[in-house]
Amino acid sequence: MTPHAPTVDDRDGDLPDPTDAAPAIVAESHEIAVTGLNKHYGDYHALRDVDLTIPGGSLTALLGPSGSGKSTLLRAVAGLEVPDAGTVLIGGQDVTFVPPQRREIGFVFQHYAAFKHLTVRGNVGFGPRIRKRPKAEIDRRVDELLEIVGLAGYQERYPSQLSGGQRQRMALARALAVEPRVLLLDEPFGALDAKVRDDLRQWMRRLQAETGVTTVLVTHDQEEALDVADHVAVLAEGRIEQWGTPREVYDRPANDFVKSFLGPTAVLRGELVRPHDLVLSHEAADGAVPVTVRRVVHLGFEVRVELDDAEAAGDGDLSAQLTRGEAARLDLEPGGRVYVRAT
Amino acid sequence: MLEAPATGTDVGSARRRAGLRAAGGVGPLGLGVATLWLSVIVLLPLAAISVKAFDDGLSGFVDAIDAPSARAALTVTVAVSAIVALVNVVMGTLIAWVLVRDDFPGKRIVNALIDLPFALPTIVASIVLLSLYGPSSPFDIQLNATRPALVIALLFVTLPFVVRAVQPVLLELDREIEEAAASLGASNLQIFRRIVLPTLAPAILSGAGLAFTRAIGEYGSVVLIGGGIPRETEVASQYIQKQIEVDRFVNAAAVSVALLLIAFAVLFVLRIVGHRTARREEQAR
Repeated sequence: MTPHAPTVDDRDGDLPDPTDAAPAIVAESHEIAVTGLNKHYGDYHALRDVDLTIPGGSLTALLGPSGSGKSTLLRAVAGLEVPDAGTVLIGGQDVTFVPPQRREIGFVFQHYAAFKHLTVRGNVGFGPRIRKRPKAEIDRRVDELLEIVGLAGYQERYPSQLSGGQRQRMALARALAVEPRVLLLDEPFGALDAKVRDDLRQWMRRLQAETGVTTVLVTHDQEEALDVADHVAVLAEGRIEQWGTPREVYDRPANDFVKSFLGPTAVLRGELVRPHDLVLSHEAADGAVPVTVRRVVHLGFEVRVELDDAEAAGDGDLSAQLTRGEAARLDLEPGGRVYVRAT
Repeated sequence: MLEAPATGTDVGSARRRAGLRAAGGVGPLGLGVATLWLSVIVLLPLAAISVKAFDDGLSGFVDAIDAPSARAALTVTVAVSAIVALVNVVMGTLIAWVLVRDDFPGKRIVNALIDLPFALPTIVASIVLLSLYGPSSPFDIQLNATRPALVIALLFVTLPFVVRAVQPVLLELDREIEEAAASLGASNLQIFRRIVLPTLAPAILSGAGLAFTRAIGEYGSVVLIGGGIPRETEVASQYIQKQIEVDRFVNAAAVSVALLLIAFAVLFVLRIVGHRTARREEQAR
């Protein structure tokens, strides 16, 4: 039985203000352009004719379910996967056949990929040391970056003595230490607790905005993508289903897949709608469908009304999302009749 | 530097004070049986031979080891074993690497083949080598009764040690760590030297230590091909055998104890070095 090391600090509330970071991280904004990218793993078609242009200086999320090809796409940009066909351009330079070593990228992995036998200083200074920078310069740079990611004073610790959030911040500092042209994050918050994840995500967002380094974030969490990204690319089965700002993909989804992946949906007479777009009323109106109230669930501010539509059997779930005030005005009871329409 | 082990000790001693047993412990009976077994099987014979070695006092022991042919046998044994261990470090790691990282037809057969030299009666190895490199060599390679023959014989029987020590560690190695190093600009050689090797080092060292100690005590595989020429290819185990045959038991015991001390020292040093490397990783997991 190993007792938990008292040196591990599980609190992650010590993130400094990233506004101080701007002078330390000099970033030019490099555009990423991917054209006609294809990748097979045996019979499995991981990427199908992917075209994508990620504007320089933006934070773009690659969003999709597992197996959608989002990680493969990111790894192709990093040079960790060689595509079967297509080109990858970073800052206008064709890097399709350039190995990852010479792409000048920063990559952050879901499970940190910490160098366990090296201290935090050794980890963060790894890139500059490979580049044979003078020792004094490396030390200064490491201290500076650790200050930015809130790990000042942790220089001589080993990764095993850090919490998950701290390890990921170390990994971020390590990636930034090589002054990458683009920063690529593969589910960077996926292994963290909800609270730590939220804090780190907001902090990352502000750091990115301050430094302006082109950042690509892979995630399967639509809330995360909508929360932090300037642009979202929604992927499914190796294809890009839609590309746009978070509002565009949420409000004007290109198809039912994007719509159902980006948020909760209900089926009203065969049509996919958002539960918060359903309006209930006691009066029959144009296009309104008569339904029976099955259940009323109070979830704090929001009230979920589960409805039964006698005409549409087995179509899918039909629930409306109302505010507390709306639900109170309607005075809904299970078994009661009500009219529903989509706005 | 590290606070976790200290805490561990505190908890351990507190538990001992409270008369509690470590989780999964076997209790006093198990401990007693284990100690007794170790004593009868290992410690008692070792003590007996050590006592025998000093039958003629310390000076008798020193004289026995310092005899020219004894010294020559020990020198040859240690030198050849050290070469064997070093070659194993390189080749064993390489073979383990190929077996874990590469895919080729017949990989499972090759993998099973690794253990064969270990499973084979060592005298069989000697006969095989004799027919290959002996006076009637089909390739006309005459290594019979030379030191290179000793090295080859010992390489044959010690093949599995480093391979089998490194293989599981290599399997566990996270590929993302190497990818991270690559994304930071490290070449394949730099990744191997700075990232992979430090992780494999404890396993390599432990495998090398086992190969070395196996080699210094080896008899069967070298007895035919080696020739046992005094001060040339006679290894310590052959010297011991000869001393027994001429009833110089004390000399045999003295050289045995010398081998024992060398084996112990090598394992001890490698263990400390390996432990130091491994420690940082195992910390606070």
